[in-house]
Amino acid sequence: MAVTQERSAGLDVARIREDFPILSRTIGGKPLVYLDSTNTAQRPRQVIDAEREFYEQHNANAHRAIYFLGEEATDLYEGARAKTARFLGAPDPSTIVFTRGTTESVNLVAHAWGRKFLKEGDEILLTEMEHHSDIVPWQFAARDTGAVLRYLGLTDDGLLDLSNLEALLTERTKILCVTGMSNSLGTITPLPRLIEAAHAVGALVLVDGAQLVPHRGANVVELDCDFLAFSGHKMLGPTASGGLFAKRELLEAMDPFLGGGEMINEVFHDHSTFNEVPWKFEAGTMNVAQEVAFGAAIDYLEALGMDRVREHEEAITAYALERLSEVGARIFGPTDVAVHGGVVSFWYRDVHPHDLATILNEEGVAIRAGHHCNQLVMRRYGVPATARASFYVYNTVQEVDALVEALGKAESVFT
Amino acid sequence: MPLDDIYKEVILDHYKKPRNKREMPGAERSCSRNNPLCGDEITVFVHEEDGRLADVSFTGQGCSISQSSASMMTEAVGGKSIKEARELIRQFRGMMAGEADPGEDELGDLVALKGVVRYPIRIKCAVLAWDVLQEALGDGEGFASGTSAH
Repeated sequence: MAVTQERSAGLDVARIREDFPILSRTIGGKPLVYLDSTNTAQRPRQVIDAEREFYEQHNANAHRAIYFLGEEATDLYEGARAKTARFLGAPDPSTIVFTRGTTESVNLVAHAWGRKFLKEGDEILLTEMEHHSDIVPWQFAARDTGAVLRYLGLTDDGLLDLSNLEALLTERTKILCVTGMSNSLGTITPLPRLIEAAHAVGALVLVDGAQLVPHRGANVVELDCDFLAFSGHKMLGPTASGGLFAKRELLEAMDPFLGGGEMINEVFHDHSTFNEVPWKFEAGTMNVAQEVAFGAAIDYLEALGMDRVREHEEAITAYALERLSEVGARIFGPTDVAVHGGVVSFWYRDVHPHDLATILNEEGVAIRAGHHCNQLVMRRYGVPATARASFYVYNTVQEVDALVEALGKAESVFT
Repeated sequence: MPLDDIYKEVILDHYKKPRNKREMPGAERSCSRNNPLCGDEITVFVHEEDGRLADVSFTGQGCSISQSSASMMTEAVGGKSIKEARELIRQFRGMMAGEADPGEDELGDLVALKGVVRYPIRIKCAVLAWDVLQEALGDGEGFASGTSAH
């Protein structure tokens, strides 16, 4: 355990693990080694309890029920919004719109901002390391508006290729959509530089924070991003929780996204007027219990401290990169952990990632294998898929050792 | 050891030394598909002669299950009539759906893939080539999605 403490740099991982009931599960008689938090994180008891407590004690519809429970539910829901705003450094809670997560948030912007403000010939600048959820909604917006998609490419070592940034980011660019941390390569992108460059040509910036927010945190004021999309389920919260930060003037100028209850002010036969920001974007009954429990996930991460979360992940990622290299794995993405978050994509010998994942599963080791919704990345590096191990607050260096040991098993099956 | 159920010797043999893995420029029928889950892709070529699948080959890349299944399939359906090939597809699908338990008499080496049924997420890998063949034979959609006819 001495190694764990030395490597975990400030997080008491043994104690943290006790908060996660699922981590005491066994898989085929072997302890679960969960290395797929980039896909979805596990939940601590505190988050599970918050969701259950909401249903057991406070359940009513938020903003619609004129009785005590309705008030409690509304307070808890709006309290979660305030917590989220504070966590992201947003001074005004009404700049946080709750959604089902990053995918819905990007779709919201591509629809409600894109359909209204993009015109034929305008350019949308994406990067080749965007998740499909930050590509496909923009393809739809381009199709509907006549706007054109452009892409920043990637360097051989998994960084954004900024050598032609000036050629790609011009006064025609209306929005730059960029991930803060690649979900397949782990790359931490140079957001301050990109945001400054985009603003200099009058373009807005949408940051896909699905990985950045859980693993490094983000401050929307310091970043000065215009939109930040994030998912609760990747940061210890329930599925279908999370949301979107957007600057208030943008939210006010944008059209609504979904039409329905609660997002209106008045409805007439032929038109409607709309509710204030952010409720204008929250049509229908929301995932109230999930957002409340998402607030508990934020409390949990804040208690740990995002600086310590980051230090822990850097240490474990450095160890994983070292061990995987030692055994001859081909690693995709940067070698410097300062710009490589807690996710490592690799090929081990020539064992196909799907075969690898099946064999590792027999050892209780859960990794992801596939294209990770990053087909442009896969194509860039000439592989159909990668194996991917990802780390979070509860992972230990012993689990990295278990991964490496299980790789040996894969080799024995295939040679 | 449970892994023996899935990674049987015959599967690994077909994976390492795939049979009939080649393009077929004069093929009367060919079809491609990918498995969107993993990016595996397979193209199947069929040379038809007198209502029989005189020659069947494939190209593509993917995991041991998808590639070995394709390799074994080309051997199993090669020389069969279209009707017989369709019957084989039906039997193979039945086995992969866990609905039938054919023996070596019916499916030959292909019964080695029976173990994949224990790994539901890998069943798509095993049926990918069969989906492509079925489509090449003009029988429409199979299990997987991501079709592109040549």
